[in-house]
Amino acid sequence: MIKKSFRRAFRDSLPIMAGYLALGIGYGVLLQSKGYSFWWAILMSVTMFAGSGQYAGVDFMASGASLLTTAFMTLIINCRHFFYGVSLLDKYRGTGAFKPYLIFGLTDETYSITATTTLEDDISPKHYYFFLTALNHSYWITGCVLGAVLGMFLPFDSKGVDFAMTALFIVIMTEQWLSSREHLPAILGAATTAVCLVVFGADYFIVPSLFLIALEMVLFRKKLDKTGEEVSSE
Amino acid sequence: MTDLHPLWQVLIMAAVIAFTRFLPFIAFPEGRKRPRVITYLGSVLPYAIIGMLVVYCFKNVSVFTYPYGLPELIAAVFVVGTYVWLRRVLVSVFGGVAVYMLLVQLVFV
Repeated sequence: MIKKSFRRAFRDSLPIMAGYLALGIGYGVLLQSKGYSFWWAILMSVTMFAGSGQYAGVDFMASGASLLTTAFMTLIINCRHFFYGVSLLDKYRGTGAFKPYLIFGLTDETYSITATTTLEDDISPKHYYFFLTALNHSYWITGCVLGAVLGMFLPFDSKGVDFAMTALFIVIMTEQWLSSREHLPAILGAATTAVCLVVFGADYFIVPSLFLIALEMVLFRKKLDKTGEEVSSE
Repeated sequence: MTDLHPLWQVLIMAAVIAFTRFLPFIAFPEGRKRPRVITYLGSVLPYAIIGMLVVYCFKNVSVFTYPYGLPELIAAVFVVGTYVWLRRVLVSVFGGVAVYMLLVQLVFV
């Protein structure tokens, strides 16, 4: 069962492997270009494990931003994680000793898989979640360190590999579209974000997008709420 | 003293990121009743957030300057098309990457 859980986790992690190696290498190159050695890549990828957070972090370090600014900006960039946790409260329930690490490693990509996948009966959810999180973490650390060590001297042109992340999210959205009859949340999520991107610009659109999406979901609750029966099992 | 500043920054960033991830699990612990609206949000947000993440991936694409977002559009259509047709995640993801890399490295240069 554990072996099967690992195999399923490994298979599901392959798209993320491609994306994390590419994004990690890009991050390592950026870090090195600002004069930080690969030790920083190890420290940051192990303790932070966040793509956009680490990219922005390099800027805060290089510009010598104050600790308060660093903390506040990091909070803004990463507050979307709060919404991830809210939708995984039930799935991550009963994962025991694995739980702190699962929560620590809850990236966009891991979330996109664990929040949407349905596991077969012969797979142990907590082991599956753990293997998926740990595999993704190892890809990320590997990518970051490779980029910081090799820098610009990569033996091949990897431009465009990071499209793996985009492709993965598109596949998940397509799958959800095909397998559910209710498309309003997906449409509102994408449309609201697109409008916020145009209105607030690429640096500031995430927070208003999340806020408006949550608000819209609450407004459409009468139409969308199908959790009525499950709630009593709390 | 100044040498330690980046180290403190990293530790603070790591702590803040962990905080954003742990907060919902601390606010709504296992075995405790939670507001129904939270359970409801947990059930609909995955759909809305995937929509958000797709748009997020295109945030730096400019439709007004060359190549007008065409590599992204073509690769995205490829991904959706192959997935609807074959329903194989890896085929669509890695095929999409291959198409996109060809486009940005050889076609739209």
